Amino acid sequence: MPAAILADAPLAPAMPATLQLTLCLSVILFGIGLVGFLTRRNMILMFLSTELMFQAAALAFVAFGRLWMDLSGQLMVIFILTVAAAEAALALGLVVLLYRRKETLSNEAWAELKE
Amino acid sequence: MTMQPALLSTLALALGDGAHADGGHAAQAAGYADVGALQFAKANVDAGYAWLKWMLLAPLASVALCGLFALLKVKGRWPAVFTVGAFATAAALAVSLYFQWSPTLFGTHAPLAVPLADWITVAWGDGPLQAFSVGFGLYVDGITLLWMLFVTVLATLIALYASEYMESDVKAGYARFFFAVSLFVASMLILVMSDNLVGLYLGWEGVGLCSYMLIGYYATQPGATAAAKKAFIMNRVGDLGLALAIFLIWTNYGTVSYDGLFQAVASADPLSAQGSWSKAAIPFLLLMAVCGKSAQGPLFTWLPDAMWGPTPVSALIHAATMVTAGIYLLARMAPFYTQQAIGAEWAEPALLTVGWIGCITAFLGATIACGQFDYKRVFAYSTISSLGYMVMGLGVGTAFGGVYYVFTHAWFKALLFLTAGAVMHGMAGQVDFRKLGGLMKVPGFRLTMVCMLLGCLYLATAPFSAAALSKDIILYQALTSPVDQVRWMGWLGLLTAGITAYYAFRVWFRLALGPVHIEPGPDQHGHGDDHHGSHGHDAHAHHGGHGGHGGHGGHGFHPHAPGVRISLVLAVIAVGSVLAGLPSYLEKSAGYNWIQRFVLNSTAWNRATAGPEHAEILGRDAHGTLFVLATGVVVLGIGLAWVLHAANRGLGDRLRASMLATPGLKWLALGSEHGWYVDQLYAAMIGVPAWIGAQLLAFVDRFVMDGVIVTAVGRIPGFFGRIFQPLYTGSVQGYALTMAGGIGLIVAWVVWIWLSGGAS
Repeated sequence: MPAAILADAPLAPAMPATLQLTLCLSVILFGIGLVGFLTRRNMILMFLSTELMFQAAALAFVAFGRLWMDLSGQLMVIFILTVAAAEAALALGLVVLLYRRKETLSNEAWAELKE
Repeated sequence: MTMQPALLSTLALALGDGAHADGGHAAQAAGYADVGALQFAKANVDAGYAWLKWMLLAPLASVALCGLFALLKVKGRWPAVFTVGAFATAAALAVSLYFQWSPTLFGTHAPLAVPLADWITVAWGDGPLQAFSVGFGLYVDGITLLWMLFVTVLATLIALYASEYMESDVKAGYARFFFAVSLFVASMLILVMSDNLVGLYLGWEGVGLCSYMLIGYYATQPGATAAAKKAFIMNRVGDLGLALAIFLIWTNYGTVSYDGLFQAVASADPLSAQGSWSKAAIPFLLLMAVCGKSAQGPLFTWLPDAMWGPTPVSALIHAATMVTAGIYLLARMAPFYTQQAIGAEWAEPALLTVGWIGCITAFLGATIACGQFDYKRVFAYSTISSLGYMVMGLGVGTAFGGVYYVFTHAWFKALLFLTAGAVMHGMAGQVDFRKLGGLMKVPGFRLTMVCMLLGCLYLATAPFSAAALSKDIILYQALTSPVDQVRWMGWLGLLTAGITAYYAFRVWFRLALGPVHIEPGPDQHGHGDDHHGSHGHDAHAHHGGHGGHGGHGGHGFHPHAPGVRISLVLAVIAVGSVLAGLPSYLEKSAGYNWIQRFVLNSTAWNRATAGPEHAEILGRDAHGTLFVLATGVVVLGIGLAWVLHAANRGLGDRLRASMLATPGLKWLALGSEHGWYVDQLYAAMIGVPAWIGAQLLAFVDRFVMDGVIVTAVGRIPGFFGRIFQPLYTGSVQGYALTMAGGIGLIVAWVVWIWLSGGAS
């Protein structure tokens, strides 16, 4: 039971309500990102959706880091931000190149890559 | 087997000092006991002679400088200066060593050993034969000194000649050429001066490498590179024999250093020596090495092709020096052909094999030379033939005759090649003597043709010439032998002498006499021998009045007479050729002449003397009979050449045409022209099986390896891939949905376990 896990943690402050709220926000963010990714055909919007999912994960890290009073969670966030920045540069560059090829941002134009 | 004691007792004459070598003793010699024990003077280790290392360092310095010039692509004549300077230094050192030795050379002179450096030391145990140690040092005895002298002196002269001959390459391969020539001389000196077999092997491989580089010097011509590869590979076959021989010598005697080795050989008891197969194999493996390097027996076909190299290289490496390395090896390792070293039952076949290989090679070389139209190839085959004589000399038991012939041959064959080079140089690379003629009348070529006449007289072993004096020693030894087989070698050798006289003068009569007739060769505007008028002086000697154009595309072609350096070198080597015979006329010391002294003071000494003094040939006095016979065949040979190629220049061609038209004689003319089809035989014996094997392997590779294994294995993942391929729609959202659905399922599963109380 989650309660049991919390009770066993020596450093755990009693803030489960805040944790749950934060995690809820994280899940909502992730859900929005997932739905956005699944429904959109515009590659830039799909890319933004993945960013949302990234941030949802980062938020969960922060929440748990706060719960355990451990800096590892926040450390991870720094990593996520760095990776997200690099990925943004790469992905936007790719999108620009793909756009130049086909004059469209729709990812369905690239369905032939299935082979 | 009855001949065994007979041949070995002939050797007995050669053993011991001169006093024992008398006829009376020979008459009583009937068995091994008379051979007596070998004795070799222990080397006199004297570090005071360390200055001899400069003989190696001078050419090596030239190698470094020329290599630097070649690498930096510096154009200029400096490489020739370095090379000639370095060779002259080495020659001066060799001559000064000779003068230090000359007072004692005519007595008994111990070999000189000069340790220079530690080289290889390996130990893998404490027992016998569990440590190998060899130093880098010099070992100088009579034959070493002789080789040092003629190699360095001839190399100096030929490098000087090459400095003019290669003039047109100043902007191309000049530095590369002299780099290889310097490396060759350094390697050759290491070969003859090393005090152990490993050093000899180093030099042996070094000269082979340089030979390869220089044969392939005109690397843009496919023929030259093919010839270089052929020479290199055929030499490797022989070198395998040398390597194996060195291994066996080490396992049998525990050392590869000459001094220790020959002491070990001499200490063997001649009566009780039992030959094992590994000892018995040594002389045959050494002979294999000789066959490769000295173009003998089955391995001779690389030498004619080696003529692709520039002519100074042909003269220096493929006539005068490198190819005599095999003779040096035979003379140096002579004790291994006597029964002390390898056991009595093996000594006889080993010696007879050497003799027969030399004899048959001499005969084949001479017969092939008769069918060639390329004068440089004639001289190449004559070199094979002459080397055959030398090998035969050692085989029939006269190292003196063999080595003496090496010495005289080095001079006159270098002279022949250099004159041939001068003609090629002047005639734009024309090598077919049917397209040249009357060169005696062409201005500037008289000295060349006179020098070539001298060379041909020597090649033909004209009476009283140096070549005849040395060749007759070999024939004398063979014809007076008590062994039937050896006498047969002698008669075949005599026949070869007649053939040699014929083909030598066939070339000279064609080139020098008759009406002036010049068809320039292919190099008029081509490589190497092209003339750029860089000589300043009479480079374009005009001789319009001689009708030399022949109407064969020779418009405006002017023969390019040899310049000062070529003429000077030709004259000096011509004089050297004449003087090489001098030892036979000078006063003998204690019954031995000058050359004989070199041989006597060496490891070849036990076979150094001539045969019995009062022997008979055909029931008459041997010396007189041999002189008459040898002179007779030479005169006959030259006479035949005169009739066929000088008196009536068309007669030779008509004879050949009628031979080709006669079915019974056709094979003779064609076989001679094509070197008895030895190359084709090798192609059939080695080339065809190798081709079949290659096809077989290619089939296996294509169908078994590529087909069954690689393609079949590769199809397995392809098969599964095709099963799942329809799942890949190309829609990113589809993939993402699958992923999300999968994660959703996992989450649902975890939650289901949780809710059902499984996690507690």
